[in-house]
Amino acid sequence: MSQAITIQPITRIEGHASIKIWLDDAGNYQDARVNYMSLRGFEKFVEGKPAEELPDIVCRICGICPWMHHLASNKAVDRCFGVVPPPAGHKLRELMQTIAHAEDKLLHFYFLAAPDFVIGPDADYAVRNVVGIAKANPELATQVVKMRYLVKMILDKFSRKTIHPIAGVPGGFCKPMLEEERQDILAKMRQVLDFALFTIDFAKTNVFPKYLDAIKTLGVITTGFIGTVDEAGAHNLYDGKIRLMKADGSYDDFDVQDYADYLGEHVEPWSYGKFPYARKWNEGFALDVDHPKGIYRANTLARINVADRMATPRAQAELEEFRALFGRPAQATLLYHYARLIEEVYACERAIEILEDPEITDPNVRAPVEPRAGRGVGCVEAPRGTLIHDYATDENGLITRANLIVGTTHNLGPMNLSVKQAARALIRGGQVTEGILNRIEMAVRAYDP
Amino acid sequence: MGVRVASEWLNSCSGCEISIIDMGERLLDVLQVADIVHLPALVDSKYFGQLGDQKHLSLPEADVGLISGGIRNEEHLEVALEMRKKCKLIIALGTCATHGGIPSLANSWTPAEMMERVYSTETTDRPAAYPAEGVPPLLESCYAVDEKIKVDIYLPGCPPHPDQVFNALVALVKGQPLNLPTKSVCDTCPTVRKGKGELKQVRRFLQAPHYQAADEPLNQMRCLLEQGLLCMGPVTRAGCGGDAVTPRCISARVPCRGCSGPVRHEGNQLLDMLNALASNGIDIKSIPNRPLLLRFSGAHSLLKPAIHERRSS
Repeated sequence: MSQAITIQPITRIEGHASIKIWLDDAGNYQDARVNYMSLRGFEKFVEGKPAEELPDIVCRICGICPWMHHLASNKAVDRCFGVVPPPAGHKLRELMQTIAHAEDKLLHFYFLAAPDFVIGPDADYAVRNVVGIAKANPELATQVVKMRYLVKMILDKFSRKTIHPIAGVPGGFCKPMLEEERQDILAKMRQVLDFALFTIDFAKTNVFPKYLDAIKTLGVITTGFIGTVDEAGAHNLYDGKIRLMKADGSYDDFDVQDYADYLGEHVEPWSYGKFPYARKWNEGFALDVDHPKGIYRANTLARINVADRMATPRAQAELEEFRALFGRPAQATLLYHYARLIEEVYACERAIEILEDPEITDPNVRAPVEPRAGRGVGCVEAPRGTLIHDYATDENGLITRANLIVGTTHNLGPMNLSVKQAARALIRGGQVTEGILNRIEMAVRAYDP
Repeated sequence: MGVRVASEWLNSCSGCEISIIDMGERLLDVLQVADIVHLPALVDSKYFGQLGDQKHLSLPEADVGLISGGIRNEEHLEVALEMRKKCKLIIALGTCATHGGIPSLANSWTPAEMMERVYSTETTDRPAAYPAEGVPPLLESCYAVDEKIKVDIYLPGCPPHPDQVFNALVALVKGQPLNLPTKSVCDTCPTVRKGKGELKQVRRFLQAPHYQAADEPLNQMRCLLEQGLLCMGPVTRAGCGGDAVTPRCISARVPCRGCSGPVRHEGNQLLDMLNALASNGIDIKSIPNRPLLLRFSGAHSLLKPAIHERRSS
């Protein structure tokens, strides 16, 4: 191999990863890899800890989606201890999770992804960022910063701590919602819904049409998908059954307590991150761009692909429009951005639904819990995919073992495939430019890792 | 040309960077006076050149360097050393950087023990060898940043409140002294303390603390530690509530877990808490897991591989 290129760190993503590309003597693509560089060992160091403390420990897996870990963990501990939270406890948890989704998607679309589309993939790296957007379009940037802040501060004000939340507790939620809080949040979420509708229209008018060629080609691979649906098959972020879909659209639905029968994790010598794959398909695991094995994808595009419909009206209308254009399941990787904005509409509509439910202000939000030996799997849809926390406890309620499948990791295999595909298509005869390397990163960024 | 700012995240979760963004519109003010020359979460500056063809890791020069996360592997160490070389001033941002943070709970085990579990879980296909190609080797322990490089300013918090980050950046830009919290969470907590020593045991947080009504002000609720909950307020640095001061978790009627680290930088939250409990006549055997008192500050050799075996149950 005559040349190796290292893109490190991959930027405008949320974790630690790098890309290595090898070129042959003619300067053409030979191979590429995404290395996941970080290993912190949560599955080990939670051992021996009182289970009720885990929701406040494991949220530190991710500072961008701490609510997701916090709530999946609470659900797992509920099950270990055999407690069912009162309805308002669950509703407050779902409300926080849904609003956190609404905030997360604004952050990703405008702060992380948009520079590639608004400033342009070939622009100088010094301006291809949110600061560049702020200078090029100060009015939009100010509105974006304000709206994201508005959503974030709803969580912060009500739950008291939103980066590394403490408000979810085994058995329910730490405090009830007052009527004036409900009204305040409801008014704000209606504003955010308006902004979500503006955002998807803005993207459909000004962004996606310009990049249609890229959408059809960049990082495109063919895989299965995973996501959560409710009993009727509608998209759900908080609870339901897991749907694992093959590329041909056929699927299995299963209870998350049985996840280990369906999913496995493969280890590669060049990545600390493990690679989840569909064990159930009995085809093993292979990162072969043209013939992948066991590979499915998670996160926004996956969720809207596996769902029969969206559970709220405006999001459903958007899904119908999307499906008319791209079919089901849609495979083009950059469509993750489009799907993200459909989910943004859903998250706002769903938050409003929950806030309009009179039960949300019920003061009975927390059932007392008793430590005991047990096992529980807790799951929610994190922005980056189906998040699974599986714990076992001893008779004192201390953790004896934990197994975690984190949302992002479902897409570690697919990101590798998309990078291989993009590098193979874009690098020819030793021609490597910053624009080409950034386009290869865009194939990763779509997954919002 | 404004103040040049470089920012790096090491053994971290990106919560500190999100806390920077959570300054809201103040962020736009900061961007008026600061040039961000390196910040992987938002800006595309690369270690090995923009074409990825350089041999050695290199960062741009900056006036202020923010480092979040502890130092867990050789890449973290290399980046920290390069930051020190290129930045006039280093701020350890967040409790992972100042004291190891939650990931330093791993210091109760060796890297081999940690790998053994991670690569043998119920769903994992056990590999022939642990990952070692193109990934940075782990160091023996998760270190606070000042165990490896000189740190000029400590800004603990998990994450630091956006007000604190903003105030620190403004002070640096204006060349004013930093006004960092020096009190304990207890010192800033409005709950009612009676100080009578009737409590003999601490209990786990398995049910809600006692308070009258959902809208009861915090200054009418009895101190959570006096209610028997293991609240780390006495041994934890204040400041989590930002300019509003009131401790965040306690205002949600949840005990403090100690996320801003010890009150004094070199304090020991475990020993200080055991002392505080014992001197009030509380049986320290009632604590379910002692290393958990160091859950945010296990670096600086406070948690070590033998300790978890001696844990009380």
